[in-house]
Amino acid sequence: MQNPYLPREAEIVERVQEAPTIFTLKLRFTDPAAQGAYGYVPGQFNMIYLYGIGEVAISIVSDPDETETLDHTIRAVGRVTRALSRLQPGDRIGVRGPYGRGWPLLEAQGKDVALITGGLGCAPLVSVIRYIVARRERFRRLLIMQGVKRSDDLIWHEQYQRWRELPDTQVLLAAEVAEPGWTWHQGLVTALFDRTHIDPGQTIVFLCGPEPMMRASIYELGQRGVADGDIWLSMERNMHCGIGHCGHCMIGAPFVCRNGPVFPYPELKALLGKKGF
Amino acid sequence: MAERRNFLPRSEFPRLLSELISAGYRCIGPRVRDGAIVYEPITGVEDLPQGIHDLQAPGQYGLEQTAEPRFFAWANGPQALRPLTFAGRDKLWTAERKADGSVEFAGESPQAEPVAVIGARACDLAALYIYDRHFMQGEHPDPWYTARRQKLFLIAVHCTHPSLNCFCASTGDGPRASYGYDLALSELDEGFLIEARSEKGERILAGLPVKKASAEQIETADREIEDAGRRQVKGVPSRNLKDVLFARLDHPRWNEVAQRCLSCTNCTLVCPTCFCHSENDVPSLDGSRSEHYREWDSCFTQRHSYIHGITIRPDTRTRYRQWLTHKVGSWHDQFGRSGCVGCGRCITWCPVGIDITEELAAICR
Ligand SMILES: Cc1cc2nc3c(=O)[nH]c(=O)nc-3n(C[C@H](O)[C@H](O)[C@H](O)COP(=O)(O)OP(=O)(O)OC[C@H]3O[C@@H](n4cnc5c(N)ncnc54)[C@H](O)[C@@H]3O)c2cc1C
Ligand code: SF4
Ligand code: SF4
Ligand code: FES
Repeated sequence: MQNPYLPREAEIVERVQEAPTIFTLKLRFTDPAAQGAYGYVPGQFNMIYLYGIGEVAISIVSDPDETETLDHTIRAVGRVTRALSRLQPGDRIGVRGPYGRGWPLLEAQGKDVALITGGLGCAPLVSVIRYIVARRERFRRLLIMQGVKRSDDLIWHEQYQRWRELPDTQVLLAAEVAEPGWTWHQGLVTALFDRTHIDPGQTIVFLCGPEPMMRASIYELGQRGVADGDIWLSMERNMHCGIGHCGHCMIGAPFVCRNGPVFPYPELKALLGKKGF
Repeated sequence: MAERRNFLPRSEFPRLLSELISAGYRCIGPRVRDGAIVYEPITGVEDLPQGIHDLQAPGQYGLEQTAEPRFFAWANGPQALRPLTFAGRDKLWTAERKADGSVEFAGESPQAEPVAVIGARACDLAALYIYDRHFMQGEHPDPWYTARRQKLFLIAVHCTHPSLNCFCASTGDGPRASYGYDLALSELDEGFLIEARSEKGERILAGLPVKKASAEQIETADREIEDAGRRQVKGVPSRNLKDVLFARLDHPRWNEVAQRCLSCTNCTLVCPTCFCHSENDVPSLDGSRSEHYREWDSCFTQRHSYIHGITIRPDTRTRYRQWLTHKVGSWHDQFGRSGCVGCGRCITWCPVGIDITEELAAICR
């Protein structure tokens, strides 16, 4: 019987420092057959194992059509992620996945897509932006709303600048604390709703970020007539197994690792924002 | 199969063990250790808790020796099938770091020996049905659980001596074992009624010197089991409390029970359906190997719900509420039934005697 907990060895082929605490690792499985067989959907995640330290859940941010390597953008916050930040090209780690349900990108085709993120380096949605930008003709209007705490926290500046030049694409950024030189909005990401319009019924919305920000966004979207079923969100919970066994990631009945991490809002509505779930 | 009732005289009971042993099974059964009934290897019927009664009450467990001949005149102990299938600790794999910096992963391939468990209770078998679904029947079957589970030979003993904390009749899981066993026994003073429910069970039964049970024996056995159900004093208000519980997440009782609960995790560790575990890496001292284990965990710990900078359940109120709303609430969505099989263990082994049936009654009233 296959051991579902067993990682496979991968090599770091490139490391990019995106911001003081955020870095991207480009990985390749050392077994070419494993690399060849590996496929995923944006929004899915891997369990990344660092030798002697442990495993953490990390979203896959590369384009699924890029089959030679896969990318993870990681923020160093604690024991495992800080140790991961010290790795260099050539170093080996363990990877198992991909796990969970990704973003509904097929369902989004032919629709307006609004991507709303908050917080530092919201990797799961950046991968969706890149995915859509690379297949721009399949989607209608693209709206990108990103909020950060301090304007210095924004990573991928040039990319946002490039994306706003694309046809039928609107980029709106907000920083709660704006340093000199910040040309975008100062305030909360939810204030950006007044600077755009959303076409209910035509629009599918992807949310990622701190839960209070996602809840505030859902409220604004509801005010604008967007149906609950057109709103999708990516959730984070403590994870050990990634495959629906360990019980750490439940939000009521759903296991975030197996039924998520991307959920249509109606599946979470009853408990989202309820302290303790 | 199930209708045929055979009688095995008490004097021939050791034959059951010897048949199992010669069929290649290691026998595990109830015995007394440190003042409790535990399920451990047994080599003969003299290891069984003959004449023992258990006295259970909220937060209390004790044994009493009588001169009665019966081996199974008690309800249960702190554990039964759980550690035999979902072990407290399993090594999942080992990572080895080579001189060239590469890391090699070696998965364990779990081996299990055939084990016969004598004295599985109806509640234990109902719990095993849930574990089977969780560990064995999903997208990623667990090799450790599956290996052990497939080698189990289960001998149920219908309950005739429920404890004060038992409420399996109200959850619909006992006191009669109705599925999930190879052989089932009804204990009478003079011996046992035996029925087989699987081919494996039939084969063992065929080797036993059984007689046809008398109508009177069958009648006595059935009556004792029915009485056992009727004598139970506790119960759940209803078999599906999901909607009521989730409608009452702000009930003041959650605060009140949190004043008493010590967040000690006992309830979750004795519960035969709790499945939470954590994974931990244990590097060797010389740094060349690291072993990856999973170990029982509990939703009552702080670490269980920690994500960077936030503890989703920071206090006992939210942890106790998580436990109960999962166990008898969202469990219905996950497994199509409640996660409580009415064994009463969480009531008995709670150091402060918190009673799940009382909490449910207070919240769902
Ligand atoms: C589905 C999913 C996708 C994720 N994608 C990314 C990503 O793309 N980039 C990124 O930087 N981070 C991501 N995270 C968060 C990342 O898993 C945590 O930052 C990481 O587990 C922290 O571990 P640590 O040992 O460094 O921190 P510590 O604070 O030392 O954490 C100790 C332990 O707590 C648990 N834990 C802590 N924070 C989290 C968390 N946020 N989520 C789950 N478990 C946690 C882990 O078991 C961890 O081992 C994701 C989390 C989930 C659930
Ligand atoms: S919740 Fe309590 S009574 Fe119910 S199965 Fe678990 S330990 Fe037994
Ligand atoms: S309910 Fe009782 S057994 Fe369970 S954690 Fe609280 S004090 Fe411990
Ligand atoms: S991470 Fe283990 S059940 Fe979801």
